[in-house]
Amino acid sequence: MGEQSYALEARGIVKVFGNHVALDNVNFGLLPGEVHALLGENGAGKSTLIKILTGAYQPTGGQVLADGVAVTLDNPQHAQKYGIGTVYQEVNLLPNRSVAENLFLGHQPTRFGFVDRRKMERDSREVLRRYGLDLDPASELGAHSVAVQQIVAIARAVELSGKVLILDEPTASLDRNEVERLFEIIRDLKARGLAVVFITHFLDQVFAIADRVTILRNGKLIETRTLDGTTRTDVVRLMLGKDVAFSGATGVEDARPLGEVLLDFKNYGKKRSVHPFNLTIHKGEVVGVAGLLGSGRTEMARIMFGADSADEGTVTVSGKPANISRPTDAIAKGFGFLPEDRKVEGIFGDLSVRENIVIALQGKLGWFSALSRDEQLEIAGRFGESMDIRAASLDMPIKLLSGGNQQRQSCRAGSRPIRHS
Amino acid sequence: MSRSLRPLVATAVIFAIAYALAVFQFPNMFSTRVLGNFLTDNAFLGITAVGMTFVILSGGIDLSVGAVIGFTGVLIAVLISLAGWHPLAAFALALVIAAAFGAIMGLAIHYLQVPAFIVTLAGMFLARGGASVITRDSIPVNHDFYSWISELTIRLPGGGRLSFIGLLMVAIFIIGALVAHRTKFGSYVYALGGNETSASLMGVPVARTTVGVYMLSSVLAALAGIVFSLYTSAGYPLAAVGVELDAISAVVIGGTLLTGGYGFVLGTFIGVMLLGLVQTYIIFDGTLSSWWTKIVIGGLLFLFIVLQRLIFAASTPGDKSS
Repeated sequence: MGEQSYALEARGIVKVFGNHVALDNVNFGLLPGEVHALLGENGAGKSTLIKILTGAYQPTGGQVLADGVAVTLDNPQHAQKYGIGTVYQEVNLLPNRSVAENLFLGHQPTRFGFVDRRKMERDSREVLRRYGLDLDPASELGAHSVAVQQIVAIARAVELSGKVLILDEPTASLDRNEVERLFEIIRDLKARGLAVVFITHFLDQVFAIADRVTILRNGKLIETRTLDGTTRTDVVRLMLGKDVAFSGATGVEDARPLGEVLLDFKNYGKKRSVHPFNLTIHKGEVVGVAGLLGSGRTEMARIMFGADSADEGTVTVSGKPANISRPTDAIAKGFGFLPEDRKVEGIFGDLSVRENIVIALQGKLGWFSALSRDEQLEIAGRFGESMDIRAASLDMPIKLLSGGNQQRQSCRAGSRPIRHS
Repeated sequence: MSRSLRPLVATAVIFAIAYALAVFQFPNMFSTRVLGNFLTDNAFLGITAVGMTFVILSGGIDLSVGAVIGFTGVLIAVLISLAGWHPLAAFALALVIAAAFGAIMGLAIHYLQVPAFIVTLAGMFLARGGASVITRDSIPVNHDFYSWISELTIRLPGGGRLSFIGLLMVAIFIIGALVAHRTKFGSYVYALGGNETSASLMGVPVARTTVGVYMLSSVLAALAGIVFSLYTSAGYPLAAVGVELDAISAVVIGGTLLTGGYGFVLGTFIGVMLLGLVQTYIIFDGTLSSWWTKIVIGGLLFLFIVLQRLIFAASTPGDKSS
């Protein structure tokens, strides 16, 4: 394939945060009319690369080329001018405004200096129809499902940019039918000659839609290859950098003995939120709760932790009846909680990594027995290491960490009750 | 009915009921004279509240407007009465100063990432202090232009009159509504109030919009100061203390969500009229302490905050209540 025809290319990209090298001499080429998956573990540098390609970050070294010409992308708006549009995992639109305004904000048709709403809504209807949506353009965006909002976001990105579409985990909150609908749209865009970058954690989806794949590990480019003749095992091996023994998807050891009953929820529920459920958790057991967005998974987790209080049913902890109506009750019993929305509920972005690790522990100790700085450093250092958090310094504000690293630390702070006597 | 429309309708209904009750008790309140005075007496508050509507829609707050009114009043009184300037020249200077003042606050809010509450609180002290440094006394303004303006009225059947400043307020509301609901700038203001991160990723010029919003608020506050000066024919450094809070109340009672993103300029007009109605009622009654105005405003504010909370909590998308 002619490498001169890249719609978007990154050459020798280096990005350094503090003294942490997030991207080390990474090359990436995107052809028109292809769907190109970008893969890597958490912290491998995917998000950083995407942010450089969309102008949200400036590279420390290297070049970005659009249609073979070196460009400096100052910010996402500027990237739009080169035809690069992005759709993020969380829908970054305005739920408080109409669908039409979300499609056209900043580019609304005007008459005599005033926004021509009628034309805007007429045009919106037409655009939406091309994406298989039949909805009132004047309706509030927030009134529609996440899937619809995601499609509106794609429509906006494509209509305003039109050459390169970057999809950053767009399927994370969609169910299977919705994903299939999204894929139809992506295939259609591909047929129109758009270059699509697709980032996801779901390998199935990569094999379903992508033509080529680029794999990053620890900030380094491992390989770019076509998916034809590539197996799932190859991809995983490249991502992890080591051979993985697949035990065969069905080899579950059903007969493994379970430990004693630790938690037992009986008819536990909350009106208007979660129907009563029964759930027993044994020692040493990992219980998965599956369901679609909106099926009540989050709500179930929240009442189990006391973030919302149940209004019916009972719970026993190690056989003893317990009352868990506030998170403090749950924490006192040694529960940990990793919330769904890490940025809002799981971390304090402006505090340092150390403070974030320590804060949950301090919460258990109460107001008057403060942890000394040495103790804090010791605890943070120990947990940081055991969880493999890659941070230049534990005193760095946590919001500067990558998503994967934030999740790990919040796991640390949430799950490990210390016995501090 | 869309969610944002409901608080507006509630305000309108409450105003209609309150006015009907007031007229039932004091039939004289239903006259062109009272209506005309409504507009005249609340002109400066209304103009300030239009600016405040934009600020709150954008997710901010402006505590400096009352002080800007006071400062403007003193500045133009000194320029006209002591320095011998023509009022129009003094007005122009006051508006320019206010524009610069608002721009600096907007820049500080955007680039220093300081909460608007703090920046405009500092602005409030600066403007109020500045006014008191110019003079500690009330300075009367006696100028032919002032008399001419106050003569400039439209007589209504029934003895009422529409004053220049009352009409000016109505005009500012109409222009404000057009800007908010029919221009790109207006859509950017709503976008900022909805979600600043999204707005920025969607290409909204966040810096320019923020600066524009606070400039608009300060300029309208200065215009309110001019109107207040025309209304009282004097400049006093402690004039309009607390007007920023009346303006915020009018905006919230008018159905604008205090956290930004939802609301209408027209709602603020009804909010201002509702506050004016309470005051007029107390004057008509004659026996009530004027502090009852504050109590009623407090009650209304509380009511509306609860109401908005209910409306927005009840219809949040993704709510699993069904």
